Amino acid sequence: MSENQRIIEIEVLRYNPETDKEPSKQVFEVPFTDDMSVLQGVQYIKDYLDGSLSFRWSCRMAICGSCGMMINGEPSLSCETFLRDYYPARVRVEALAHFPIEKDLVINMEGFIEKLESIQPYIIPKEERTLAQGEYLQTPAQLASYEQFSSCINCMLCYAACPQFGLNSEFIGPAAMALLHRYNIDSRDGGKGERMELVNSEEGVFNCTAVGYCSEVCPKHVDPANAVNQNKTNSAADYFMRFLTPKGGAK
Amino acid sequence: MSKRRPYVRPMAGWWRKNPFFVEYMIHEGTALFVAAYALILLTGLVYLSRGEAAWNVWLEGLKNPWYIAFHWLTLAAMCYHTYTWFKIMPRTMPPVVVGGKRLPDFAITGSGLAVAATASLAMLGLVWGMAR
Repeated sequence: MSENQRIIEIEVLRYNPETDKEPSKQVFEVPFTDDMSVLQGVQYIKDYLDGSLSFRWSCRMAICGSCGMMINGEPSLSCETFLRDYYPARVRVEALAHFPIEKDLVINMEGFIEKLESIQPYIIPKEERTLAQGEYLQTPAQLASYEQFSSCINCMLCYAACPQFGLNSEFIGPAAMALLHRYNIDSRDGGKGERMELVNSEEGVFNCTAVGYCSEVCPKHVDPANAVNQNKTNSAADYFMRFLTPKGGAK
Repeated sequence: MSKRRPYVRPMAGWWRKNPFFVEYMIHEGTALFVAAYALILLTGLVYLSRGEAAWNVWLEGLKNPWYIAFHWLTLAAMCYHTYTWFKIMPRTMPPVVVGGKRLPDFAITGSGLAVAATASLAMLGLVWGMAR
C-alpha cells in the first residue's frame, strides 16, 4: 500500500443459505489506493476482514467474464470498476440482479448455461466438406457482419440489466440471442432453420420490450439489444414466409 | 442433503431502482398520450360525420382552457416520445452500411429526428394553409 491510502466503505449484500432467511447488508471499511478496482476491494475483505465472503473472479482484466456484480445498482465487471470513482461515498456491492443468489455475490447460472446450449452455439455447416476439399472460406466482409456478436464473454451483465428476464426467467435473453444471431448470419452456417424455432418460441425474442439497457452495460460492445430486435423482424418474416413457400422459414 | 437454497430477489418496484428504467417507463408512459390524442381526433371525425352543427360543437369544446393545456402537455409528451423512440432506433434496426462503412448511431438517431421534424412541419404548414 502506498502513502496516499484512503479508507472507503464497501457495503456488501451477504447471504448464507445455511443460516440466513434472506440477504442482508454488511459494511466493511477497506483501505484503498487509486489503482484499486472494486474486485480488489472485495478481495481485501476476504483476505483481511472476513474470509467467508464468497465471489467469483479469475482474470482481473475484463476477459473472463466471471466478476460481474451490481455496483451501486449497475451491472458491472468489478475488475474494471474503480473504488476511487466512488470515494468518499460508500460503494454498494450486490450479486448480479435477476439471478438466484447461491451465496453472497455468487449467483446460480445454470439457467444461462442451459440457454447457451439450446441455441447450438457452433457452426452447423451449410454444405459438408471433406478434409481434402479444405477449409470453409469467408471474406473479411462476411466476417465483419457477425464479428461484434462473437465478442461475448458470457459475463451475464446484460441479463442483470434486463427487467424482462427478471420478470420471466424463461426468456432466452440478450447474450444467448446475440450468440444465436452470430451463428445465424455466419456465411458458413446452415442452422438458421433450427434456431429460428427458438427465436419464434414463447421464450423467444418477443419477450423483449426494447429497454436497451443490456447494450448499455455490455463491456464488450456486443449490442445484444440489436441482435434481439433484428430477430423480431426475422421472426415476423419467418412467420409470413410460411404462406409463400411450401416449407416456410423454420422447420 | 444439499445445503443449497438459492435466494430469488423480488422484482417489485424494479423500474424505480435505476434511472435508465425510469426513463424507459416515462417513454412507455408517453405512448398513452399518443393514444389519447388519436382518440380525440377520432371523436372529431365522429362529430364531423354528424354534420356541421355537431362539428362546430366539437370545435368550441376544444377552446376550453383545460383542453388547450392538455394539448400542450400532449405536445411535450409526444416530443419526448419521439426523442426517446429515435434514440433507441439504432439498437432496433439492421446495420446500415454506406460506402463500406457502418452508419454510426448518432446519424441514425439524427436522421430519424430530422424526418420527424420535417414531417411535423409539413403537416403544420398544410393544415395552416387550409385553415386560412
